[in-house]
Amino acid sequence: MSIHVRNLTKRFNGFLAVDDVSLEVGTGELVAFLGPSGSGKSTVLRIIAGLETADAGEVWFDGERADHLHARSRGVGFVFQHYALFRHMTVADNIGFGLDVQGVGRQRRRQRVSDLLDLMGLQGLGERYPGQLSGGQRQRVALARALAPQPKVLLLDEPFGAVDAKVREELRHWLRRLHDEVHVTSIFVTHDQEEAFAVADRVMVVNRGRLEQWGSPDEILDNPGTEFVARFIGEANVYETVIRDGAVHVGALAIPVEGLAEGDPVVVVVRFYDLKFWRDDSGGFATVVRTTTLGDRVKVEAVIDGGERIFSQFPRRSSLLRGIEPGCRIHIEVTLARVFPHLESTRPLAPILARAA
Amino acid sequence: MRSYAPVRPGSIGQWLIVAVVVLYLGMILLLPVSAIVVQALKAGVGPLLQTFDDPAAVHGLRLSFALATVAMLANGVVGVAAALVLTRHRFLGRRLLDALVDLPLAVSPVMTGLAFLLLFGRSGWLESALDAAGWKVAFAFPGLVVATLFVTFPFTLREVAYVLEELGTDEEEAAATLGASPWHTFVRVTLPNIRYGLGYGVVLTTARALGEFGAVLVLGGAISGHTQTATTFIYNALEERQEPAAYSVALVLALASVLVLAALEWLKRRRRKEL
Amino acid sequence: MNGTHPAVAPGLGGLAVRAGVCAYVGALVALPLAALLIEGLGQGAAALWAAVSAPVAVEALRLTLLTAGIMALVNAVMGTATAWVLARYDFPGRGLLSALVDLPFAIPTLVTGVMLVLLFGPQSPLGGWLAAEGVRVAFAAPSIVLALLFITVPFVVRAVEPVLMEQDPAEEEAARTLGAGTFTVFRRVLLPPLFPALLSGTIRSYARALGEFGSIVVVSGNIPYQTLTAPIYVFGEIESGRSEVAAAVSVVLLAVALALSVGARAIERLTGTARA
Repeated sequence: MSIHVRNLTKRFNGFLAVDDVSLEVGTGELVAFLGPSGSGKSTVLRIIAGLETADAGEVWFDGERADHLHARSRGVGFVFQHYALFRHMTVADNIGFGLDVQGVGRQRRRQRVSDLLDLMGLQGLGERYPGQLSGGQRQRVALARALAPQPKVLLLDEPFGAVDAKVREELRHWLRRLHDEVHVTSIFVTHDQEEAFAVADRVMVVNRGRLEQWGSPDEILDNPGTEFVARFIGEANVYETVIRDGAVHVGALAIPVEGLAEGDPVVVVVRFYDLKFWRDDSGGFATVVRTTTLGDRVKVEAVIDGGERIFSQFPRRSSLLRGIEPGCRIHIEVTLARVFPHLESTRPLAPILARAA
Repeated sequence: MRSYAPVRPGSIGQWLIVAVVVLYLGMILLLPVSAIVVQALKAGVGPLLQTFDDPAAVHGLRLSFALATVAMLANGVVGVAAALVLTRHRFLGRRLLDALVDLPLAVSPVMTGLAFLLLFGRSGWLESALDAAGWKVAFAFPGLVVATLFVTFPFTLREVAYVLEELGTDEEEAAATLGASPWHTFVRVTLPNIRYGLGYGVVLTTARALGEFGAVLVLGGAISGHTQTATTFIYNALEERQEPAAYSVALVLALASVLVLAALEWLKRRRRKEL
Repeated sequence: MNGTHPAVAPGLGGLAVRAGVCAYVGALVALPLAALLIEGLGQGAAALWAAVSAPVAVEALRLTLLTAGIMALVNAVMGTATAWVLARYDFPGRGLLSALVDLPFAIPTLVTGVMLVLLFGPQSPLGGWLAAEGVRVAFAAPSIVLALLFITVPFVVRAVEPVLMEQDPAEEEAARTLGAGTFTVFRRVLLPPLFPALLSGTIRSYARALGEFGSIVVVSGNIPYQTLTAPIYVFGEIESGRSEVAAAVSVVLLAVALALSVGARAIERLTGTARA
């Protein structure tokens, strides 16, 4: 089932949580709402589920309006961050709850519960109570419970937020595999970029109640459309400065930019991997301060003449790292910089791309 | 709601504080209780059993338990409904309702009796309506019921409301997304979750109802064999210098209180484990 | 986001329940209190003042406020100490002590009065001994304070205990490592977070004590100008048929008790310790 959301707006006591959001999720897609805390992503999800009512805007399921429907009539499966399992029912009863409500006969119900227990790797835990399970197991029960009544849409609100890192990775794996098998239209909300990119077909970046950008993980990584997305996604160097002599100056580093006037304020975003360093003992315009080994990668921190810091990352065996050590002088080449005009407008503007030496 | 585990007192100073507290509570609470226990032992089982030969005493005890039962049922049901309305709804006047609900705790029992007397008694607000319907409320059983309902009203409500707030709405929302109607959600999800809080509130209600004195005295008139509850029986017996009878019935109520206390402690423990 | 208010408006069933609850509360609680208010204020301010300023009434009110005040002070201290002991220490009999604290909620107030009479009455060994020493407890003011202390034991203890249990002992340890003595630790580290609960618990015990009837009426002797408290004075006026006077004094007492309850609730709500 496809979901279409148009001009959704929601205020909580004057605070604008959702600001004119419109988006579309196609049938069978697995989409992530990605954004920092308080960005409104959970609110949009809950409005789609019918757990909140929007102040303005519409929700359409498969081309039919769903706003007037109660949560119980929308056919959505919802997975909560803190599981919300029925603490006084067994795992089997939890999973079978939706089927019980639908009036499914006991035999069929038991069969379906059993199938789901197998699917989610919970065999033999049917008679346990939620309090006796680990966090990862509880969340899988919550998933099974949401899927049991065969919902047309699966909504997950920071589903892996309450478990530890290792379990989180396993659960991501489950979710992706589950989706590949069941093909339910799914939306999950997260603040973790890695999670969003690893699991989803498409990612929608949300900030301060507004939809900043949507696209495949590659699209967003390679082409951040707004200043927020550029800062938030991936690791980057960010500088706020003004245009001088047709270029952006970061200390002694100059990056020529076209299309902007002298004195225009801009924000410059340079990804850690859009840089090249090389050692230059007799000149260069920056000094390496520190190299940090982060497992498979090495992070290099340098200070450009004039005071600004710049970071870059290379794979451990990269030839670019040859000779780079704290204290040595280096030359820097920026392969790709994104320059955002930093005007007082409320709508995010697209970046101007600049390549420099 | 994190809790830090109690430890064995370490220093002399710490043991001293424990001793002071134990001494204080022993003096204030245990000493009076021991007085009635000693009295019961002194008098022996005989007079206690003789109490049950006195029809007035028996009637009084039965009346008290009957009132407690009515209060438990009526305020139990309304208490749960009101707790849900107060914690799960948002509407104009909710704050007012919240304040009203607390009122019976602030009103002295004597004033409660007076207030209802002004409604139901001679030249009261509702006197003509009641006369027309042929109902007697003041100085009759219905009056006692109303007074008891008033004084016991907040207890179940407050306990259930507390549990509802601690639990939050997550499970109820989950039930809704799974297609459950509000009633289905209430019966299958909410009710099992609040049961110990509800039990605690009901036991408190029963205890309060059994102990009600001032309001039933004023509104009921303590007419022997008619509107004389166990407590007003004790009072009248003391006034008439029939101490043994008074002490016997007091002992019965005290024993009932011990059972109530045991139930309270058990329920409190179960509730703490749940939350 | 585990909220406590579902964000969607209730359906017809929910609205019906809401209406039913409001009707029940309106009829059971609001109506009789309205009758009391109107009767008490209905005769006008002059009559109210006359009723309240009658010498016996003034003395009764003064006695009520005073004995409740003494009780409140003792309770504030001992209640906090009790909560401290129960929350922090483990010792043989701790469970029993905790149960004992709840006893006043389980026992009828009249039975409390009977127990006090049995304990301090002239026929009892303790009462006789005290009388010989010239100390009058039964049928004198001290018995009122003792009765109030019994009735209100749980109020402060149960208000302070949960706050204490959430207090991290590490904070006190940190203060000690910085050189603070026991009293300083109590004053600077423990008292501030406890204070709202302590205050609201004490206020609630005071409000409760203002209306106490059953335990005092049998043990204090009800001697006007000496041991006659306001609720018992009101009772006397009702028995004598002077319900307007009774209502007038009731309204004053009720106003005070109400103001205190509202204050206590406000403190609880503001500091997040909302507990019955």
